[in-house]
Amino acid sequence: MTPGLVIEREVLIEAPAEVVWRTITEPDQMSLWFADRVDLVVEPGAHGYMRFGDQGGPVVVETVDPPNRFSFRWNHPLGEEPVAGNSMLVEFALTPEGEERTRLRVVESGHELRDWPDGEKQRYADEHREGWGEFLDRLAGVLAERRPG
Amino acid sequence: MTAQADDELWSAIGDPSRRRVLDLLVSNGEVSASWLALRVPFSRQAVSKHLAVLEEAGLVSRRKQGREVLYRVQADRLDQATRAMADLAAAWDRRLGAIKRLAEAAHAAAKSKQQP
Repeated sequence: MTPGLVIEREVLIEAPAEVVWRTITEPDQMSLWFADRVDLVVEPGAHGYMRFGDQGGPVVVETVDPPNRFSFRWNHPLGEEPVAGNSMLVEFALTPEGEERTRLRVVESGHELRDWPDGEKQRYADEHREGWGEFLDRLAGVLAERRPG
Repeated sequence: MTAQADDELWSAIGDPSRRRVLDLLVSNGEVSASWLALRVPFSRQAVSKHLAVLEEAGLVSRRKQGREVLYRVQADRLDQATRAMADLAAAWDRRLGAIKRLAEAAHAAAKSKQQP
């Protein structure tokens, strides 16, 4: 099995993991960085709703492991429940780097990597060091150079 | 195209062997499956399979020239994928930037309260 789309980004934050955790999981905080309005109970399996302007959609919480891991599913077809296979999984990982610094990493993926055997995961990670973004950018760059005009 | 909905495209690009094939096509223009098979660590049959998946996803097209079938990258489709990927990455960069500002402001506020 090949995973669908995978996006990985990270940021270094000058605050303890507990503070970062509250920022990413408390609904009133989430409405400041994510959706316009977030109705959500942060518990595994909880169903919530996110509103963006006059659009929106349901969210299902998966992992809640304070202050280390938080994940949810979204972006599934309208009218369907988000489950593996029809939605995007967003996984946040918080890693303390000293007392007042936290590395926050987000992975958004179309299929789950976490159900894979560890050996497969390692192989996948080894083979994707370059990252999709870089891969596509590089190819697009080569193509652009070759185009006339 | 919504990036999320286009599963076929992302699955095609997600496989490292297919990325290797794409890479060779981009760098070398129009080539045959046999030519590709000499330059990858997998079989001619595997090359054909990967080319079929890439073609299905619209990333590669083929034409017959004499007795040979030549493959090339569909640049527009690749551009489309690159843009979709960049848009999603940019959206997450914006969100992570906002999280950083909020968390750092909250932390600074909590610390200044603790000062005697």
